[in-house]
Amino acid sequence: MPTITINRKVLDKIIGKKLPDKKLKDRISMLGTDLESVGEDDIIVEIFPNRPDMLSEQGFGRALSSFIGEKTGLRKYTVKKSGEKVIVSKEMKSVRPYTVCALIKNLKLDDEKVREIIQIQEKLHITFCRRRKKAAIGIYPLENIKLPIYFCARKPEDIVFRPLEWKKEINAKQILEQHPTGIEYKHLVKGMKKYAVFHGSDNEILSFTPVINSHHTGKITDRTKEAFLEVSGSDLHTANYVLNIMAASLADMGADIYSMEVVYPDKTLVTPDLSARKMKFSVSYINKWLGLALDEKKLKSLLEKMGYGYEKGHALIPCYRPDVIHPVDLAEDIAIAYGYENFRPELSTKGTVAKEDEFEKFRKKVSSLLAGLNLLELNSYHISGKDIQFRLMELKAEDYVELENSKSEEYNIMRHSMLANLMQVLKENTHNEYPQNIFESGYVFRTGDSETGVIEENKVAVVLCDRDADYTKIRQVLDYLIASLGLECAVKEASHPSFIEGRCGKVVCGKTEIGVIGEVSPKVISNFSVEMPAAAFEISLSALFGMIEKV
Amino acid sequence: MDMLELSRKLHPLERKVLPNLEKTISFEQLVEKCGMQEVEVMRAVQWMENKGIVTVKKEEKEIISLDRNGLDYKKNGLPEKRFLDAVKDKALSLAEIGKKAGLDQNELSISMGLLRKKNAIDVKKDKELIVSISKEGKEFLKKETAEEKFLDLHFPVEESKLEKDQKAVFDEFMKRKEIVKKDRRAMREISLTGTGEKLSKLKISDNVADKLTSKMLKEGSWQKKEFRKYDVEINVPKISGGKRHFTNQAVEYIKNIWLDLGFREMTGNMVQTSFWDLDALFVPQDHPARDMQDTFYLKTPKKGKLPDARFVKRVKATHENGWTTGSQGWKSAWDAEKAKENLLRTHTTVLSAQTIASLKKEDLPAKFFAVGKCFRNETMDWKHLFEFYQVEGIVVDPDANFRNLLGYLKEFFRKMGYPDVRIRPGHFPYTEPSAEVDVWHPVKKEWVELGGSGIFRPEVTKPLFGTEVPVLAWGLGLDRIIKENWNIKDIRELYKNDLKQLREMKIWLK
Repeated sequence: MPTITINRKVLDKIIGKKLPDKKLKDRISMLGTDLESVGEDDIIVEIFPNRPDMLSEQGFGRALSSFIGEKTGLRKYTVKKSGEKVIVSKEMKSVRPYTVCALIKNLKLDDEKVREIIQIQEKLHITFCRRRKKAAIGIYPLENIKLPIYFCARKPEDIVFRPLEWKKEINAKQILEQHPTGIEYKHLVKGMKKYAVFHGSDNEILSFTPVINSHHTGKITDRTKEAFLEVSGSDLHTANYVLNIMAASLADMGADIYSMEVVYPDKTLVTPDLSARKMKFSVSYINKWLGLALDEKKLKSLLEKMGYGYEKGHALIPCYRPDVIHPVDLAEDIAIAYGYENFRPELSTKGTVAKEDEFEKFRKKVSSLLAGLNLLELNSYHISGKDIQFRLMELKAEDYVELENSKSEEYNIMRHSMLANLMQVLKENTHNEYPQNIFESGYVFRTGDSETGVIEENKVAVVLCDRDADYTKIRQVLDYLIASLGLECAVKEASHPSFIEGRCGKVVCGKTEIGVIGEVSPKVISNFSVEMPAAAFEISLSALFGMIEKV
Repeated sequence: MDMLELSRKLHPLERKVLPNLEKTISFEQLVEKCGMQEVEVMRAVQWMENKGIVTVKKEEKEIISLDRNGLDYKKNGLPEKRFLDAVKDKALSLAEIGKKAGLDQNELSISMGLLRKKNAIDVKKDKELIVSISKEGKEFLKKETAEEKFLDLHFPVEESKLEKDQKAVFDEFMKRKEIVKKDRRAMREISLTGTGEKLSKLKISDNVADKLTSKMLKEGSWQKKEFRKYDVEINVPKISGGKRHFTNQAVEYIKNIWLDLGFREMTGNMVQTSFWDLDALFVPQDHPARDMQDTFYLKTPKKGKLPDARFVKRVKATHENGWTTGSQGWKSAWDAEKAKENLLRTHTTVLSAQTIASLKKEDLPAKFFAVGKCFRNETMDWKHLFEFYQVEGIVVDPDANFRNLLGYLKEFFRKMGYPDVRIRPGHFPYTEPSAEVDVWHPVKKEWVELGGSGIFRPEVTKPLFGTEVPVLAWGLGLDRIIKENWNIKDIRELYKNDLKQLREMKIWLK
């Protein structure tokens, strides 16, 4: 989750008072953000992804000042009409379909504010804009722009300008190859024949979006008084909210917001719209959801603590809150304003009947039986590697379930047998005392016919590893287990690459083959670097469970 | 000390060794005197030392013992004697002497040199050397030599205890091949203590039984016996038994808490489609949590099947426009192909989604729990694992509310030994309100985050259940609690399966 750094002086100014450290800490975490650290000059706060409006000092301060009761209620933002146009060309539909824009005037910037504007853009880009995939923001000093502005598509070679922090003019193709920002965002325009640009009526390029602005026209400084603000992207809903969040923050810094007419071939949008959105809800619904008995007046004041307005059964939702999409979202904000710490816990008195899963119960009994035979139970990973599961077991690698993207190479398939996991444990315990008599039950994975194409089967494996471990000893364990479950089983001689030929058999219960038993082949034991004989079995608990039920 | 009492505690081995003790005796001599195995004497001496009967002095010393040839000569005679013996009746050639006396070339020439020096033989040269015994030789043959006396010493012998003439023989022997050897060895000297001396003068009853046998019981002979007293305060060798893995012990306990509270257990697959793990939980399809980064997606089989069309239709509509849930939805297109992607479940909440989908109105109110492994694509280190346990719970009840959620969490953690629980605002795409759950750590004196909780959004419950119903839900971390309980620092130790550690570990005691 993203973190933002907030200058404490700026925060104090926004809130209108200085909060002691302890209170600040407590209030921030109860507002629904995580305080990472408090420093002398700065605090670092983690913002949850549902609140992109809090990714700036202004937005965060706005929310906090309401929450502590300093400046509550809905903020009203005025948008003046500029009448200026942004003209969107027809071909944008297939290149970058949407843009929404605004003009910002009367900006009073200093270094600190310039830093903040850059921080909001960055944080919004990473989170809400999904690394510029859904939307990207551009802000340009107005002084170098000839209005109206055009939003159109051009061939890469025809897009020539000096990108931000670059010495000379290059074309879009070169930007993607050479400029660090170009390299970083290259994938967003991959495969496109034409790229999106904003340019002035004098053809001067403002930006190659969503990649980079022009150094000449697209860099704001502390001297910038007026600016052009645009958000472009594939999703109009997201773009509008990003524009609103940016505009509201700039307005909170004291700037004036002017609308622009964005002229599409088939429609004209006047943006931004910073008015509040209405959402109908019922007081009783909120009370029922939260287990409270709040009256309308109290509810109104709680909503105001969270920056909402209230009007006859409707919440007025600020223009910068995309996350409020259902009355339950209001319920959460009301709960936050009420204070999570003020909820009294209450256990429901309604009776329900407990029930343990039957298979899990069965499995627990099997484990207790085996532990009673002086076997140690293990707990090993579900994710394993082909080497352990197949090569070292002298088995052919087949019908295994493979991971796409594991970060560790030796863990990239799902375990195929429990026995392989136990052998691996023996390998890691050669320095410990023998006998090493161990067992584990767990799910193993293979491809097959199911909803996911994976069959998960529960198996139990037992390994006796000691100087006198042999077939008789392991067979005794098997017989004891099966007999204790009230079943009968037989062993039929069979070959298995992991076991010694002639000392191995399949375990058959009724007509069902449920597993394998034998003395582990010296090849396999050596593959695992163990120097002690081992005898083992692995049987399907899933299959046994089916038989128990029938008894 | 009561000597009688002490005598009753003597082990049969001690009883055998005790009479052989002297004021001071070397361990080697004692072994010889007792005529027992070295290890038996050693154990007896150790026990007696523990009982204050003897003291044992250990010292590094130069020790002389007989080597290979020395042992042979002690048994079969010195080569020079054997040489002389061979010619005592008849002059013989060297080859004949060698054959008769069983000497090799080297022994023959040494013997000849020695005997010549003593004038014990006459040597004539014919075709070959012919040796005959002299008068002095005959005398020499009858006499026991200093060398022979030396061989009869009780080896091993300390070099420092050799007398002057013995030392001369020793030096001489050292020049010859493999007769004696000298090493530095730790020598033990055993001395009786005052108690020991008194005890050794006592007549120790031999009507003492060491072990109660079946025969004694059958015959009733135990009635006439006295049983040796044990030193019950000593340490005995450790044993260990079979047992459940410690994590499973903790899991059992936690399951029982939920069972006590009237919850039913949910189980289900670890491999799931994105549909159940994410889409059904209203996680937007472009949510960062769906990134390749954190989630294990499957390569084979890459995709699964979508469930019943009824669920798919509702989930799709809810994502795109809110369907009939009263929500606006995510306002972007929902891709069925993306929902088919297989993954390793990222949370047990997937089981809650499936359970809600299987419920009917008449099943309510209903409460469910699950304890199961979930997966996160992480590089392993002391703090991170790619598998972790989650404790999941849901309460599906038309009357459930946020305060009940807090009630269940509090009750659970109280039973886990954390009486103080608090919730803080949090965020999960599928709950509203969402709450992080902290417990007060009584030792560390700080709040520790142990999970997430909330009430499922109607966008989750209505498509699955058919109508809107509040569902309280939580997903709590377990590994941290397990780590705390056994004071484990490195999380990888949970699944390390070190058998020594497993054998020695205390059990889950709650």
